[in-house]
Amino acid sequence: MALTLPPIMRTTAARLSALYFILFALCAVLLVFYMTSLSTSMLATQTMETINEEVQGLDRAYRRGGLPFLVRVVEQRSRQPGANLYLIADANGRILTGNVESLEPGVLETDGWTGTPFTYQRYGEGIIERRTPNVNELEAPPTATETRHAAIALVSRLPNQMIVLVGRDLGEPERFRAVVQRALIFALSIMAVGGLLIWYFVGRRALKRIDSISDAGKRIMGGDLAGRLPVTGAGDEFDRLSENLNTMLTRISGLNEGLKQVSDNIAHDLKTPLTRLRNRAEAALAGNPEAEGYREALEATIAESDRLIKTFNAILMISRLEAGYSAEQLSQIDLAAAARDVVELYEPAAEEVGVKLEAPVTGSFIVDGNRELIGQALSNIVDNAIKYSAGAAEPTVRVTVERKDGAISLKVMDNGPGIPDPTDRDRATERFVRLEQSRSQPGSGLGLSLAKAVMKFHAGRLELLPGSPGLTVVMTFPEARSG
Amino acid sequence: MKILIVEDDREAADYLEKAFAEAGHTAHVARDGETGFALADSGDYDVMVVDRMLPRRDGLSLIAGLRSRGNTTPVLILSALGEVDDRVTGLRAGGDDYLTKPYAFSELLARVEVLNRRASSKEAETVYRTGDLELDRLSHTVKRAGREITLQPREFRLLEYLMRHAGQVVTRTMLLENVWDYHFDPQTNVIDVHVSRLRGKIEKGFDSPILHTVRGAGYMLKAG
Repeated sequence: MALTLPPIMRTTAARLSALYFILFALCAVLLVFYMTSLSTSMLATQTMETINEEVQGLDRAYRRGGLPFLVRVVEQRSRQPGANLYLIADANGRILTGNVESLEPGVLETDGWTGTPFTYQRYGEGIIERRTPNVNELEAPPTATETRHAAIALVSRLPNQMIVLVGRDLGEPERFRAVVQRALIFALSIMAVGGLLIWYFVGRRALKRIDSISDAGKRIMGGDLAGRLPVTGAGDEFDRLSENLNTMLTRISGLNEGLKQVSDNIAHDLKTPLTRLRNRAEAALAGNPEAEGYREALEATIAESDRLIKTFNAILMISRLEAGYSAEQLSQIDLAAAARDVVELYEPAAEEVGVKLEAPVTGSFIVDGNRELIGQALSNIVDNAIKYSAGAAEPTVRVTVERKDGAISLKVMDNGPGIPDPTDRDRATERFVRLEQSRSQPGSGLGLSLAKAVMKFHAGRLELLPGSPGLTVVMTFPEARSG
Repeated sequence: MKILIVEDDREAADYLEKAFAEAGHTAHVARDGETGFALADSGDYDVMVVDRMLPRRDGLSLIAGLRSRGNTTPVLILSALGEVDDRVTGLRAGGDDYLTKPYAFSELLARVEVLNRRASSKEAETVYRTGDLELDRLSHTVKRAGREITLQPREFRLLEYLMRHAGQVVTRTMLLENVWDYHFDPQTNVIDVHVSRLRGKIEKGFDSPILHTVRGAGYMLKAG
């Protein structure tokens, strides 16, 4: 069976308020109960001590002046305001003097402390009720209960078998208990009201904030992708939550934007070669029906589709790396070795076009990286450097590695024409951007974008700096964390 | 050579079957993982070409299943996934080689032929001989017709790989993977330059060519 709560109780604030209220009330009741029982027992002890002292005093009075003196003392004490209960009775229990008019029957029969509180009537009280004089007051049924009080007393016998009773009214502890009870009820009421108020202001405020956040969420889901969650500037946990969610939304929309850009680029840059491919096939079909012609057309088609596949792979790889999502694992690799490997791979090709490729790299420079990705990025850069410096006088490409401020920089310097315009240098790493001067060179325009994506994946950066002369491409890696 | 192709795409499978037949091999096709497993388990194949994504049982599980039953038939994994890590997973599952789609058939054929020969591997031999060319893997020396040839370490490894697969077509990608341990496509064909340098050293001053270029495929080291 599902317990259905009223809507207001379904809010966290209301539930928390109710829970706190119950817990506090429970604590308060326990505390008060403990306090009252402690003070009651303290009061009782005190009462008994007082009574003991009184009895000892009366005993001394009797021993000094006999019964008459005792009676005088008792009468004197009885008349004091707020006095204890005093009673002297004969051996049969008949009251001789004191301020007690009647007692519960049986109280005087046993000596010592009256085990349980008994009721009594003070002298001079309840006269109105006692219309008919009753001789044996002690045996009379207690007719006027409202004037009878509860008390405890110490009963003792004088040597002549007369009974002396000294007692104390219990009204005082009871009044005390009543006061505490009233205080408790008062405090609990204040707590209840306070809880309600707190819930009303805090809970409703929180509810409102949450509602506004979920409204904004709905709007964003509804298609307002630029929308963000409200931040009040209070800097509280709701603001922090909103800020974090907003950062997440920004990241998501960034990725989304990247994806859109990729598909746009794919559409644009793959359509051209695809069209070329199609046209070539069509032309071959329509043209001279010779085996050699077909062969040429087919070979060109294969070459073109290979280029397409390469471009496609590069685009996919760039977007995966830029999205920060990649299954590629990082391990500790030596950048110097990575640089030497790539240089060694390209050295014969460089020599072939008359470019001197050198890597005066010694020592080891450990970074958290992926050898394959770094190798690919570096080979793209080295490839470019060789291509563009080939026309220079004494063309040279130098690859160096250096450590600076906790970062490791891998530099590829060429002495070719470089990229004089800073704007062009910035644009060179964008996807499919091929600067005017490079149009004549083969390439997809993705080499540097891929290198940039690889650097981003490694939490590093790729910079194109003007060389003297030529271009210097700097790949900066953060140094490996553990050695 | 008897080849088992496990590939769910009908067109691709038919094409492979025909292409392998033209290259002089017998190829059987299974279109899902379970059938592939049953055929591989019962048939006596020299090499298997297994697609990674298959209906009923995926390629990696098929390979792992075969390996756990003691079947050591060389397996080449075909996959549309191309990240380095996918390659590592594939090889760890028991694959012997990994090729990313789309691929050139010449590349696939070269790799399958190399895999077939792996069973009778030259791994244990310390001296490779092709015609009058001799490579000592222990002393790192290369001789042709008794004359010592000095090679750079990388050239030595390149020649070692070519000699291990002498008489077989070795593609540029295979060289890049096995000699340089890179799996990307360099933009410029750097491998060709390395090979022609090596060719210069082992052919210059000798009577006959030994390192041949196979048009549209790669290279082959062959005497005579």
